[in-house]
Amino acid sequence: MTLAIDVKGLTKRFGRKTAVDHIDIAVPQGEVWGFLGPNGSGKTTTIRMLCGLLSADDGTGTCLGLDFRTQAEAIKLQVGYMTQKFSFWEDLSIRENLEFVARLYGLPDRRRKVDETLARLGLTDRQRQLAGHLSGGWKQRMALAACTLHDPRLLLLDEPTAGVDPKARRDFWEEIHALSEAGLTVLVSTHYMDEAERCDRIVYILGGRLVARGSVAEVIGQSGLITFEIQGADVRHLAKALQGQPGVDYAGFFGAALHVSGRDRAGLESAMAPYRGRPGLAVHETVPSLEDVFIHLQEKAP
Amino acid sequence: MNMLRRIGAILVKEFLQMRRDRLTLGMIVGVPLMQLCLFGFAINLNPHDLPAAIAIDDPGPFARSIVAALENTSYFQIIDETNSPTAARRLLQEGRVIFVVEIPENFSRDIVRGARPDLLIEADATDPAAGSYALSAFNMLAATALRDDLVGPLAARAQGPPPFNTVSHLLYNPESITQYNIIPGLLAVILTMTMVLMTCLALTRERERGTYENLLAMPASPLEIMVGKIVPNIAIGAVQSAIILLMARYVFHIPMIGSLPLLGGALAIYIVANLAVGYTFSTVAQNQLQAMQMTLFFILPAILLSGFAFPFMGMPAWARWIGEVMPATHFLRIVRGILLKGNGPAEIWPDIWPLGLFTLAAGSLALARFRRTLD
Repeated sequence: MTLAIDVKGLTKRFGRKTAVDHIDIAVPQGEVWGFLGPNGSGKTTTIRMLCGLLSADDGTGTCLGLDFRTQAEAIKLQVGYMTQKFSFWEDLSIRENLEFVARLYGLPDRRRKVDETLARLGLTDRQRQLAGHLSGGWKQRMALAACTLHDPRLLLLDEPTAGVDPKARRDFWEEIHALSEAGLTVLVSTHYMDEAERCDRIVYILGGRLVARGSVAEVIGQSGLITFEIQGADVRHLAKALQGQPGVDYAGFFGAALHVSGRDRAGLESAMAPYRGRPGLAVHETVPSLEDVFIHLQEKAP
Repeated sequence: MNMLRRIGAILVKEFLQMRRDRLTLGMIVGVPLMQLCLFGFAINLNPHDLPAAIAIDDPGPFARSIVAALENTSYFQIIDETNSPTAARRLLQEGRVIFVVEIPENFSRDIVRGARPDLLIEADATDPAAGSYALSAFNMLAATALRDDLVGPLAARAQGPPPFNTVSHLLYNPESITQYNIIPGLLAVILTMTMVLMTCLALTRERERGTYENLLAMPASPLEIMVGKIVPNIAIGAVQSAIILLMARYVFHIPMIGSLPLLGGALAIYIVANLAVGYTFSTVAQNQLQAMQMTLFFILPAILLSGFAFPFMGMPAWARWIGEVMPATHFLRIVRGILLKGNGPAEIWPDIWPLGLFTLAAGSLALARFRRTLD
């Protein structure tokens, strides 16, 4: 198994604050890895270090077999990086943006390559539109087109679907999976649980530290979390009453249902007891959702 | 009442934001202070102590009195004394002196004889305003300079017409046409303005819009980005120079005595110097507004202290030192020298090397501020 990303002890400090604190990541080639964690947990910083935009203060390892600290320039040639904020030229058309990128990478047969990429992402009809006039979903498509134009071996996507409508998000992920099937490795940061569930593996970081890693089921299993689901008409008033009771680490809504989670089964059971059998309420144990796990991780953090 | 409350809310927000923007705060205080100092202390429209050379071709007794009388006017500062008018003329050509006073052969003898010899002053009139007061003072010399010497047997010479004539030659701009001075100077000022601003804005814009991160993530090195962004500005500078020079030639009829290729070479150095300054600013400025402000801070002294708007020699020493650092000052002398005086490489060298040095320093600073990464 070849590792596309294999770094150990990745660390970045800004002044006295440690933004990324000794993170180890090993992503096998061709897999799609989700990168999760609250805002400000160090996701963007990690991605920027991997593609050579920030210099790491500590850590060793390779990206696509190249030393990520000393061979950043060579890595850049084979990596596609999509920034969190749209960062193409709004006063250029889609085509002009792509042509510029193609020139920068020195792609042979530029026109054909741009045509193909436009067609692949359904941008052909809009190629003359200025990037600044596109809606969020189309901007994101254009950005994906631009950062896959040079056939990178590794794609680093920093919250690519933030603020994009569900249909566009779905289409985007179709594209990601198609690319992955063609052998591309993808590391994508996101806040959406449904997107996390579409990843082969997820990594959860918190305060610059890696706190969970594995498939969705593994991460849920590792958490040791027990979750009860309460459904019913008056469930909305229960959250406050349950929050803070012994055994209850967290009570919050999952859709219309209330999820009550904790790691102490006895405590949870006794907290649930008053509600069991209450008319109009259904209480049963359920598999914790990824969201339950993440909120739990975030809440128990100091 | 509600309206006042809402206005108040906006006021509070504005002040909070103003407090955050340190550079703007600095400008609020810095710009008036700078202007006050420059206009209040540095600028002098009636300049005294102008550098002059004196060429004495007469061993007689009166030459010394003439030198003393010149200095007594407080308008002249004799910085060189020679017996060769050619050497003195060269100082004029290089712009190191504004005046050359020539005491001709047999000056003293002719005074004694009552032959009323000529006392000649040659003035660099490229900046007609600079020397006009000094020239009036010079013309008064004839009546008073030798009053203390003309005693005893010569007392008769003190009566009647002055013992010698003053003759002034205005060189390079004999008709004292202001445009001859201003138009070449504009070349320096306009170029500095656009080159610094355009470069600074071009890079700050990429940073402000987040596209700089994208450029760096792609295989573009900061050096390549810098060169790629600066070259268009060189072209802009060339177009502007061509417009100004064509207008100067065909609309304002500015004489162009010297070599235009030489001017082109100096222009190239000057443009690069300003681009380097613009790039360095862009590495500091957080946004385009700050870029504009920093440019303003650079351009004000370039206009006021370079000798463009006001006579350079009339400024106090500290202001001249600041002026000497700025590329505009040297380029101003070069362009006036080449166009009006017909200066060649040897004469402009004293201004070329400081310009080159500045370019080198600004370029190194720009390179040192380079970041291969975002940190």
